[in-house]
Amino acid sequence: MRKVLRGAHGSQEVWLALIILAMIVVLSILRPNFLSLQNMLDLLSSYAYTGMLASGLLVVLIAGGIDISFAAVASVAQFVALTVANATGIGWIEVAAIAGGIGLCLGLVNGVLVSTLGIASIIVTIATQSVIFGLLLTVTHGQDIFLLPAWFTTGVSIPIHMDAEGNEYVINLQIIALAASFAVAWFLLNRTTFGRQIYALGGNPEAARRVGFGVFRLNLMVYAYMGLIAGLASIVQAQYTQSVSPTALVGRELDVVAAVVLGGASLDGGVGRVSGAFLGLALIAVMQNGLALLGVSSYWSPFFTGLVVVAAVAGMAGRTRRRWRASPGLA
Amino acid sequence: MMTTSLSTVLLRTIGPTNLRLLGLLAALSIVFGAFVGDRLFGEFGLRSMAYQLPELGLLSLAMMVALLSGGLDLSIIATANLAALATAAVLKAAPADAVGIALVAIEGGAVLAGFTVAALVGLTNGFLVGYLRVSPILATLGTMTLVKGLAIGLTHGDVVSGFPADIVFLGNGSLLGLPMPLILFGAVALLVGLLLTRTPFGVTAALMGSNQQAVRFSGVDTRAALLRVYGLSALVAASAGLIMMARFDSANAAYGESYLLVTILACVLGGVSPTGGFGKVGGLVIALVILQLISTACILLDLSQFLTLSLWGGILLAVSLTGILRDHVAGLLAALRAPGLRHDSRSV
Repeated sequence: MRKVLRGAHGSQEVWLALIILAMIVVLSILRPNFLSLQNMLDLLSSYAYTGMLASGLLVVLIAGGIDISFAAVASVAQFVALTVANATGIGWIEVAAIAGGIGLCLGLVNGVLVSTLGIASIIVTIATQSVIFGLLLTVTHGQDIFLLPAWFTTGVSIPIHMDAEGNEYVINLQIIALAASFAVAWFLLNRTTFGRQIYALGGNPEAARRVGFGVFRLNLMVYAYMGLIAGLASIVQAQYTQSVSPTALVGRELDVVAAVVLGGASLDGGVGRVSGAFLGLALIAVMQNGLALLGVSSYWSPFFTGLVVVAAVAGMAGRTRRRWRASPGLA
Repeated sequence: MMTTSLSTVLLRTIGPTNLRLLGLLAALSIVFGAFVGDRLFGEFGLRSMAYQLPELGLLSLAMMVALLSGGLDLSIIATANLAALATAAVLKAAPADAVGIALVAIEGGAVLAGFTVAALVGLTNGFLVGYLRVSPILATLGTMTLVKGLAIGLTHGDVVSGFPADIVFLGNGSLLGLPMPLILFGAVALLVGLLLTRTPFGVTAALMGSNQQAVRFSGVDTRAALLRVYGLSALVAASAGLIMMARFDSANAAYGESYLLVTILACVLGGVSPTGGFGKVGGLVIALVILQLISTACILLDLSQFLTLSLWGGILLAVSLTGILRDHVAGLLAALRAPGLRHDSRSV
């Protein structure tokens, strides 16, 4: 616990955790069913896609880049993998391999372009997002696929609990994938050389290069990882919504960015933790779920989300503001 | 000497970036002209370009102001729509039978209300970025969600439509043969261009994009300057909102949303540095014409509108790639010509 409290990141995470805790206390008093096992499972399932992408984007942000194209990548991966599944009757492993493979390849393209073009990664990935999404819509005409293989729509469910009235509680594909993606991101960032090199790369790319890290190779791996996660997340999302829609995912990229950055990852690179990203995701998830449970009209939900995001970034900006004030100067 | 003077003068007044963009524009005009034929530069082609360009153009100008200062404004489209909705609300609340002076006063008041609402959003952004030191991406991401949320909450996502003829004229009329939206875009672009290059505010904004700390240490109140930067960005965005509202004769919380990332693309294509400090309104205008030409050519060729988006992204990547290749080749040539010398002399 002391380790958590120490340092600026810790303090940001504690701050976030306290806000979330306060929201949970208020919500569970007003709506006792908020803390029910079923609501928690539902909450995790519905935010699995956003959460998986957040865990991937965290790695990119720590490496000092940003990826805006992941939603377009996910849309392509989802469409191709499930079109093939419909046509040939392949199973889970092949679908995941196709989607993950497409994501990985498109991620590699991003990595190569970011490394060689010498322009900001946000610009490169906005451009690739436009190219990928434009081509996808040209080919698909924006048509959804509602008819999916039976094994796919059934999904995966592991019963964990049966209450007195015989209601069964299950862990589904979404929750497994969400937990796995956060576990993998944590392991990569904290227990591998790759992870430590990514922190170094994001903290000071020039220093990382001079120390002798393969900066080009690292960038490739970072964007490929993001692509892979996007591909896999797209399958999880398709299973959740029981449909494939080329247009449903693109346009919500910035929600993912918001979740990760609220969790303390810096857009300048070198900074960020898996626990923070999870808390950032939890803040948005708990608040949106809370608003729905409180019966707030869904029309007003985006407004309150924005209000919380603005309040949170304003509150957490204290550290940089103090540093700015402390530096000599007039203004 | 005589032969080089014309090209150097040309280079100096237009600038290398804009010259390259003009070259690209000429090349695309020839290619598309050959494919599409006369229709592209016929009356229909030119008219549709002139009416469509101002929307993306004004939004890109709003983005450019923030980019130049080293920031980013993701809230421009939400602001544009909220400003349009505020204007629409005043117009709808006014008595329907007003004529003459009263009608003009109501319309003026409505437009003023739109700009006021936008200014408030801009000042919020400026306060967050300048005074609270929130990163621009995050601050404007927050206000984008907030402002769009407010617009959706108030309208329930509905379309507000049916405005007085004067307002509709701004989006669909023409003056001396020129479409009104194009005239308004030209006026705003000129104004923003003058503000950015001929006033202390503009110089400060661009310098902050290069090195904010240095500007601050030289005694400039960077916080107040950022307040003005985001204020201006929001006001330009509001003008885009009003033109969209006038053109469609309706206002909605979600109009033009797909333009958000395209505005960044247009700015960078136009030579605005994504990290701030450099960029000209002229370059942006040429880039916009290029993007509009591609779009109109795609429409005339009956290609999918989504292919336009792909081509836009592809053009940006291609331009960046040729830039890299050119530097590479120039470096190689210089090394070949004068081994051991690292500076190539341009005057020769």
